[in-house]
Amino acid sequence: MSKNLNILTNGILKENPVLVLLLGMCPTLGTTSSAINGFGMGIATAFVLICSNLVISLLKNIIPDKVRIPAFIVIIASFVTIVEMIMQAYMPPLYESLGLFIPLIVVNCIVLGRAEAFASKNTPLLSILDGVGMGAGFTLALTVLGSIREFLGTGKIFDISIYPENYGLLTFVLAPGAFIVLGFLIVIVNKLKTTKN
Amino acid sequence: MEKLKSSFKNMLLSLASISIVVASLLALVYEMTKEPIAQAEKQKQENAIKEVVPDFNNNPAEEKFKVEIEGDSLTVFPAKQDGKLVGIAVETNTAKGFSGEIKIMVGFDIDGMVKNYAVLKHAETPGLGAKMQEWFSNSSKPNQNVVNRKWNNNVKVKKDGGEIDAITAATITSRAFVDALNRAYEAYVKVIEHDSEKQKYTE
Amino acid sequence: MTYILIFISAVFINNVVLSQILGICPFLGVSKKIDTAMGMGISVTFVIAIATLVTFLLMNYILIPLNLQFMQTISFILVIAALVQMVEIILKKVSPALYQSLGVFLPLITTNCAVLGVAILVTQHEIYKESLLLSVVYAISTAIGFALALIIFAGIREQLNIANIPKAFKGMPIALVIAGILAMVFMGFTGIV
Repeated sequence: MSKNLNILTNGILKENPVLVLLLGMCPTLGTTSSAINGFGMGIATAFVLICSNLVISLLKNIIPDKVRIPAFIVIIASFVTIVEMIMQAYMPPLYESLGLFIPLIVVNCIVLGRAEAFASKNTPLLSILDGVGMGAGFTLALTVLGSIREFLGTGKIFDISIYPENYGLLTFVLAPGAFIVLGFLIVIVNKLKTTKN
Repeated sequence: MEKLKSSFKNMLLSLASISIVVASLLALVYEMTKEPIAQAEKQKQENAIKEVVPDFNNNPAEEKFKVEIEGDSLTVFPAKQDGKLVGIAVETNTAKGFSGEIKIMVGFDIDGMVKNYAVLKHAETPGLGAKMQEWFSNSSKPNQNVVNRKWNNNVKVKKDGGEIDAITAATITSRAFVDALNRAYEAYVKVIEHDSEKQKYTE
Repeated sequence: MTYILIFISAVFINNVVLSQILGICPFLGVSKKIDTAMGMGISVTFVIAIATLVTFLLMNYILIPLNLQFMQTISFILVIAALVQMVEIILKKVSPALYQSLGVFLPLITTNCAVLGVAILVTQHEIYKESLLLSVVYAISTAIGFALALIIFAGIREQLNIANIPKAFKGMPIALVIAGILAMVFMGFTGIV
């Protein structure tokens, strides 16, 4: 049981895909202009991650080694397309604000990385736990990043006003803010890691 | 179960069967979501039309037509009350935005007065869409309000020697907004003012 | 004129890395030396141009006529992966010298989201989706913008090696902060077209 718990919490803190493993930078930087966008992207990616992890671990024995990467890509791409269609149908505002970054989940290194490193070697149950953990870690990082940028840029978090919008530094909502805030977040994580050791 | 060997036959079989299963699954989800997606888009368009033109009792979305403007064409939705044209909604766009295309639905009444507008799509800074929506329809600030303004070919933002106050710190977006409305007006002129064209379009 | 505008807009104003935030992984990963940055830049330009050409044809002559637009993501990524493999094999046969210098970058390009990103973008954009030529011009311009950002960034990072940086900032964090400042610089181009 403790092993399962370990796998689950691994992705959230110790091996957080964004803040520690530094994977999946494009969606991390591109979609976190607000807390809700970051959260939405995190959930969409987590869904793809959990589904592809499960399916790949179920199919691992019937996929010959030499064609495993194309097979993984096909499976991942199909879940991405499903997410895309469902979002377009039932959450059009979120679909529009995430835009291009939804199909780009396909090339998110986290998803293919977990398929290759974990799901293709482990049981379905463990693979789901891994997907949930990594997905939660990804969502957490994106939501935190989105909240900070929204707060600094527009004075709001999740659209709830904290201070007047006119004092916000719009740069933080734009591309430069994405790079800079993520840089400082990683510094904080690095600092925490060294003091812990 | 033993892991399959990487023989040519196995590779081909496994890839082909995965592709077939995946393709049919996608087709299924596509069929399931086709209706809601179309519905959501139609709803959005209808709401935008309703917001921007005077009261009507026809179905503008069904009577839409394209109007050629300089180097492009825009979609026009005629609003009719008991068969008589009361205004048009123009789905206009501009490529002059800060970061790409801006799409706006603008409504004109029969006299060329802007009734209202709705920002449909933009790639500007997050939040600027909402800003555009409130800034240019603020009736207590006549210099920035475009609603109930009689439009003409010569409307510009102040920086370009015109009369419209640009959004603070967003001159480019404001310029693009005015450009989109000017393009819509071009379509309006073609439909309403030219009698021959009017016949062609409204019958 | 249109072509020049597309070029300036894609290279400077809507720079794929610094403004649209695509292709970040190679941007951060292969930017430690100017030489490798140039190699990566050239390979990406090559692949993006061919990929956009092929996916444009695929979209307009196969997927749309057959009403299979929902297969877009899946078919595009497979085409790109296959294309990268093919370019690798052909290059190896035709020009071993070029393969020597670019070969190591090619496998990395499949997961460069700028390639898939541009391929999808041109199918959505009103102006590009109807013209193969404009699409390819846009794709090449975007790739040049990528190469430009990558080379500038690599130049800065080479200087960084001799700078005294706080320990927690070493590596990725300082690179991100610099990329942020570079993105601000590119914001200055806004509005020139």
